[in-house]
Amino acid sequence: MLVLSPLLVPLITALLTALLARHAAMQTRVSVLGAAAQLIFATMLLIEVTQGGRQSVALGNWPLPYAIEFAADALSAALVMIAALLGFATVLFSRHWNEAGMETPGLQPLLHGLLAATAAVFLAADLFNLYVWFELMLISVLGLLVLGGKRQHGEAAFKYFAVSMLGTLLMLGAVGMIYGATGHLNFSALRAAATQPALASALPAYIGLLLLAVLLKAGAFPLFAWLPASYHTLPAPVLALVGGLLTKVAAYVLLRLLGDVFVATPGLLIEALGWLALATMLSGVLGAAYHWDLRRILAFHIVSQIGYLLLGIALATPAGAAGTVFFLFHNILVKATLFLIAGLMWVSAGHYDLRRIGGLYQARPLLAVLFLVSAFSLVGVPPTTGFWGKFLLLREAFDQGRYVWGGGALAVGLLTLYSMSKIWVEGFWKPHPMQQSDHGAQFQPAVAALPVTAYATVMLLSLVILIMGIFPDPFIRYVDAATAGFWTGALR
Amino acid sequence: MSLILMLGISLTVAAGVLLALSRDLFRLIVGLAVLGSATNLIVFMAARPGSLIPPLIEAGAQQLSTAAANPLPQALVLTAIVIGFALLCFALVLGAWLARDSGGDTDQLRDAEPAATDPVKPPVLEP
Repeated sequence: MLVLSPLLVPLITALLTALLARHAAMQTRVSVLGAAAQLIFATMLLIEVTQGGRQSVALGNWPLPYAIEFAADALSAALVMIAALLGFATVLFSRHWNEAGMETPGLQPLLHGLLAATAAVFLAADLFNLYVWFELMLISVLGLLVLGGKRQHGEAAFKYFAVSMLGTLLMLGAVGMIYGATGHLNFSALRAAATQPALASALPAYIGLLLLAVLLKAGAFPLFAWLPASYHTLPAPVLALVGGLLTKVAAYVLLRLLGDVFVATPGLLIEALGWLALATMLSGVLGAAYHWDLRRILAFHIVSQIGYLLLGIALATPAGAAGTVFFLFHNILVKATLFLIAGLMWVSAGHYDLRRIGGLYQARPLLAVLFLVSAFSLVGVPPTTGFWGKFLLLREAFDQGRYVWGGGALAVGLLTLYSMSKIWVEGFWKPHPMQQSDHGAQFQPAVAALPVTAYATVMLLSLVILIMGIFPDPFIRYVDAATAGFWTGALR
Repeated sequence: MSLILMLGISLTVAAGVLLALSRDLFRLIVGLAVLGSATNLIVFMAARPGSLIPPLIEAGAQQLSTAAANPLPQALVLTAIVIGFALLCFALVLGAWLARDSGGDTDQLRDAEPAATDPVKPPVLEP
């Protein structure tokens, strides 16, 4: 039952917080407790998995290939743990945070619903179950998107809905056809069934369809336009959770499906994935270079970072998978922290638009330091998590002779540096525009006091990032062990 | 039987795509709903329907007779219908709200985007 606990706890919390909708103070307390409980259970599961190997639970009182299975291996358990950590940080950060949509009673149930769904996707060992929990993620995010209640929130939700719905339908169709071809939905059974020579002609097409659906949800080129069109309307803590987790969940699913379940996928699909990865990286970072809204810049960087993850998957070796997973850990934490810092910058300087803010280096030196930690990590300056993640990926890419992919990734790193220094110069160094102009007396930057819990949360996350960057050894060993079984038996 | 189902699915997909590509908000939603129905049919079809014997275990028998219909795809489709219906309801309410101002033209949904003429870096703006 420990396997199910990281998903049952947030479901119960969602229910309780929904019942407590009229008691705001009580609801927040239950929400924090629930998030803490999920973190504790996720840690226990991680310890259990590191000591006793893969844990699984089969529901429905059926024998295994037919039961609905939830399983935690080293990879899933670690991701569940990171998601729970992020959930806890988000809920802590949300206390005393005033932004449109934060005071509605629907927020906490939806946040925990999202946490439950992401944990379930990490733990699912059944294709249809995976689809259902993906849906739950979509439904929670749709709810979160409209909470703001303004027109732009509705529009963002609608765009998100239309594109995600298409991905969902593709995924459902692909799942149905894979079931029709193999007669199985369970991952272990599919792994065995997918190697049948009789399926060699039909199955790649169905897998291709499934990949298309997951790539759409991951925000890969050219299907990423929904992401920067909707994410930026979310309030900062919610944005951190959604932007930190959602597309990364899709990347995990891609790695699981290609590297673990359907290892016999033809090389052509993998090759195409690599070039898509390159295009995703480039288009994301170029989009970020154009924009001036902090959240929009960071949203485009999500797309760009997804490219790195896809690149690691396309390398199709255990070493590539290890790099992907390390990058996944790094990216979930760093991206969420950057979104939270963007929120703090908004409180301090009064706007998300870089052209309208400035002077933060003088006003908030500590915030500047925290931003530098995350920004350097995102760019990949040694010794930060981003450096190790990119190092693992690039080493494998160059080892395989994929010089274009590796070179592209390096160039994208440079462009990331450009857009991070844009935030630095515009937001931190340049004096606040309102001080320069005539009406400087009206606006003093950084007069609003920063919520202490919010500040503490960002410091906690930055600390985790720093530790992971300075002492990467145990983490790299862990991901090496977790992905050792990936891509084995592959034809390439 | 299979041929009829296949033609039916093709028609439904075509109708769904046609509607979903429309600029009108409600046509788009209805198109996605029609595509959803087509997808449900695909899942249903993928499990090779044919048997009309209900999947009930006979009295005294230990397992389902091999001639019975496969109940699993029906369970899958049922789940998909429930999820799809919930999403459709949500989308209709959202669409009705958005259409109040824009008249249902999806091209008018530009509030959440920067202005198309956004200069690269304008001088100091009003707060």
